[in-house]
Amino acid sequence: MWKIFHKKSSGNVAKDRLKILLISDRVNCSPEMMELIKNEIIQVLSKYMKIDSEKMEINITKKNSKGRNAIAPSLYANIPIIDLKK
Amino acid sequence: MGEVIVITSGKGGVGKTTTSANVGTGLAALGKKVVMIDTDIGLRNLDVVMGLENRIVYNLVDVIEGNCRIKQALIKDKRYHSLYLMPSAQTRDKTSVNPEQMIKLTTHLREQFDYIILDCPAGIEQGFQNAIAGADRAIVVTTPEVSAIRDADRIIGLLEANELKQIDLIINRLRLDMIKKGDMMSVDDVVEILSIPLLGAIPDDENVVIATNQGEPLVGSQSFAGRAFKNVTMRIVDPNVPMITFEQNTSIWGKVTGIFHKN
Repeated sequence: MWKIFHKKSSGNVAKDRLKILLISDRVNCSPEMMELIKNEIIQVLSKYMKIDSEKMEINITKKNSKGRNAIAPSLYANIPIIDLKK
Repeated sequence: MGEVIVITSGKGGVGKTTTSANVGTGLAALGKKVVMIDTDIGLRNLDVVMGLENRIVYNLVDVIEGNCRIKQALIKDKRYHSLYLMPSAQTRDKTSVNPEQMIKLTTHLREQFDYIILDCPAGIEQGFQNAIAGADRAIVVTTPEVSAIRDADRIIGLLEANELKQIDLIINRLRLDMIKKGDMMSVDDVVEILSIPLLGAIPDDENVVIATNQGEPLVGSQSFAGRAFKNVTMRIVDPNVPMITFEQNTSIWGKVTGIFHKN
């Protein structure tokens, strides 16, 4: 219900779609591959701790925004840990 | 020594040729010696936008193949005496020219002109490689649409790989009314995504179509696009010139209806 009243403007939808699209375009890595990487990270980490896979995000980013390719891209992962002990 | 500027975009139909015509004409209006080269072999268009299509005798491929001297292929503009056009060949294809030949040609032209404007074909194949080969700097033209921005990003990557010393952005066909409603990405949004310096923002203006119909670039006219292109050319010559921005002049009715459209 809330979503119907707070429909995102199409300009913002376009911006968000582009941001995700260009990350994979720039490093030649498709969203499907990102999904595979994410799932494998979840599998490996789950052996050692309990993680919140729902809230986990992984991204390929560039650290400085001045020059577009001034710094090599890096994989950034935000993985909330629920419990350190398995 | 003149400067070679390539005008490119990746995606077709975003306004490369219109931008080339207006930048070339605008620079000539500032008193610069300018030559515009249409590098889109097989699909030439800059001649019609400039209104010079009836004066073509020799073209770019004739020059490259040595069928004529450079001077013979240069068409003098109708309005500005310091502005010339080298048209592309209509009955040949992109493989008629290679990057080395383009570098040789631009090296020659540098000695006689202040600015050499290269109108690049769409795509990233040989035509694009030819156009960027001899260029010092690039102007990437995009519209605030997902497809055009994606292609622009790809082009910027390729230009950086080719080590062009300066790459600037022009955002074309902005609709201020749509931006206001949130239905179009703003100038800031596009600059944030592409992260290259902004040279200018051109409002969507029906006068561009009218000018193209008549074969006379509108740079310098009082229309929105004419003023924006004039500002772009001034900023090419002197980067310290501030960029003009356009405020949407909303009518009273627009203000009344605007209240109901706020989200």
